[in-house]
Amino acid sequence: MIPRIFIPGDSGALALGAEKVAEAIQAELAERGVEAKIVRNGSRGAYFLEPMVEVAHDGGRIAYGPVRPSDVKSLFDSGFLSGGHHKRWLGDPDRIPFLASQTRLTFARCGVTDPLSLDSYRKHGGLRGLQNAIAMEPAAIVAQVTESGLRGRGGAGFPTGIKWKTVLDAQASRKYIVCNADEGDSGTFADRMIMEGDPFVLIEGMAIAGIATGATKGFIYIRSEYPHAVAAMDKAIAIARRSGVLGVNVLGSAHAFDMEVRVGAGAYVCGEETSLLDSLEGKRGQVRAKPPLPAHKGLFGKPTVINNVISLASVPIVMDRGAAFYKDFGMGRSRGTIPIQIAGNVRYPGLYEVAFGLTLGEIVDGIGGGTASGRPVKAVQVGGPLGAYFPRALFDTPFDYEAFAAKDGLIGHAGIVIFDDSADMLKQARFAMEFCAIESCGKCTPCRVGSVRGKETLDKLAKGVDPDRQIALVTDLCNTMKFGSLCALGGFTPYPVMSALRHFPEDFKPAPVAAAAE
Amino acid sequence: MSVQPASTEVASRTMAIIDEMKDMEGPLLPILHGVQHEFGCVPREALPVIASGLNLTRAEVYGVVSFYHDYRSEPAGRHVLKLCQAESCQSMGSDAVAAKLKQLLGIDFHETSADGAVTLEPVYCLGLCACSPAAMLDGKPVGRIDAERVEEIVAEVRA
Repeated sequence: MIPRIFIPGDSGALALGAEKVAEAIQAELAERGVEAKIVRNGSRGAYFLEPMVEVAHDGGRIAYGPVRPSDVKSLFDSGFLSGGHHKRWLGDPDRIPFLASQTRLTFARCGVTDPLSLDSYRKHGGLRGLQNAIAMEPAAIVAQVTESGLRGRGGAGFPTGIKWKTVLDAQASRKYIVCNADEGDSGTFADRMIMEGDPFVLIEGMAIAGIATGATKGFIYIRSEYPHAVAAMDKAIAIARRSGVLGVNVLGSAHAFDMEVRVGAGAYVCGEETSLLDSLEGKRGQVRAKPPLPAHKGLFGKPTVINNVISLASVPIVMDRGAAFYKDFGMGRSRGTIPIQIAGNVRYPGLYEVAFGLTLGEIVDGIGGGTASGRPVKAVQVGGPLGAYFPRALFDTPFDYEAFAAKDGLIGHAGIVIFDDSADMLKQARFAMEFCAIESCGKCTPCRVGSVRGKETLDKLAKGVDPDRQIALVTDLCNTMKFGSLCALGGFTPYPVMSALRHFPEDFKPAPVAAAAE
Repeated sequence: MSVQPASTEVASRTMAIIDEMKDMEGPLLPILHGVQHEFGCVPREALPVIASGLNLTRAEVYGVVSFYHDYRSEPAGRHVLKLCQAESCQSMGSDAVAAKLKQLLGIDFHETSADGAVTLEPVYCLGLCACSPAAMLDGKPVGRIDAERVEEIVAEVRA
């Protein structure tokens, strides 16, 4: 049997040189006259090992990483096509501790299969959820998703099944499924990874959503910063259409469902669901007031399910293995698994899918291995630019929607960014305001004006101008933004600002005082 | 705004894009992407053509174009370097990387070098947060940017 070589085409792996490694392997194969099939898989998410090359032979797989182009000659010399030892040898990828300790449900195939092979997708359990759904009444599908406890993975944590039920119950000539793939939060890359590494699972999830709610058309709104994800989804949709997974008879059934990719244009606020809908309609991406809910009047005024990529990509496993199976993972009201994205200044960065409930400390120190710089961890921002900064004192907080909310934080899209002790929290607070000012859609005053005033006030504070007054002003301003903004951009910008102020007050003292304190 | 529709080349090429896409649901953003792909920017002369093609006002089209960061009014340099400035990259020293690149290229963010070689832009997250600090050079991802990578990037855009 011809050996297969897996070289990730994931953009994170490409950023670390996977393309040059692929070229070197191709050249070496040609030079030695050896036959092998190269598969460009997704990433398994252990980015500290990327580019991680795997060789499949005799039914098993052996991983090597991180592979540099200069390693390639010696890899061949060491007989890596049959799993030979080499300084980059990692052994069976499923036994690498970072991967072995995960619970991969949504990401089960990511990094394992050929992302654009529907056969490979089927062989690894793909399409079973959709097949089951086709044999069910729409209301029963919705009930199963509700029963699984799946909540919106985009950040809001709204129960997915309840959203679907509203759309199912709505009467309309046309309904839509919209996938929010505008993953703009720093520290998050789960949507990107799954779209590049297992695009069919998202297609399957959207098709199930369509059948469950009576929607026949889907849109995936992908941010323009993700060209590789756009390309992968476009190709996968074309394959799915040719193979009858999409079209007028989904998998030969009486259900019609088709979808297309739409590309954003660099506006962070379009990750907010109503502004995303306006953007899809060809308007400025401005936030809509709710009600009406998108489930009643969404895209083009029609009932619309709008879900995050990971929510939709988690549906096939729920429909395949059942609600009870999925619900069995997790804690409290946070059921199932969550792909935690460990990023920033961290020794072992990557995607770690696990049941809800690990503590922040277990994630940062245990799995992440502390900082990349080797300095002490000072702060961890959980949930993107609108998430709170947590100090070590809160490391006992379990990863759970309610537990984070109770500590004035949020898990958001489950990205966590680690900072070492060189971080200046006043600077981070100022950045939160600046980012809000750059990205505000401008519709509501607390966000549009508040962010600019907040930045100015923090600048005055940094210069030591009347510090107590500036802190009182910022606190009051954050209160106004939190309760007066139309959406989460203005409404949640106070989280990073106030958490930085609350947990790291020493950084908010005027420069001369801070210098004296050190 | 002076307008010379139909007669100009911009107008005819824009109309071809509109014809191809106008039957899509919500065609404006795809058309604008198409126009920018065609011309390297969204030329002012294209706006009235799009407006009349989609039965919108010029103000509506201009409002959309100006809302989104991606649409350019002038073509970019031969290379486009998008440097991530968001939190994950900040935690790994993206400020210093930005300062060094600005110095070596002799330009600030949102500027194109005098020889037209490179346009430097800040970007807020490329989804490469597990290999910060990160950038995208002409659509190709670059991760873990250190002093050596900075030199390589500068050499590539100057070549």
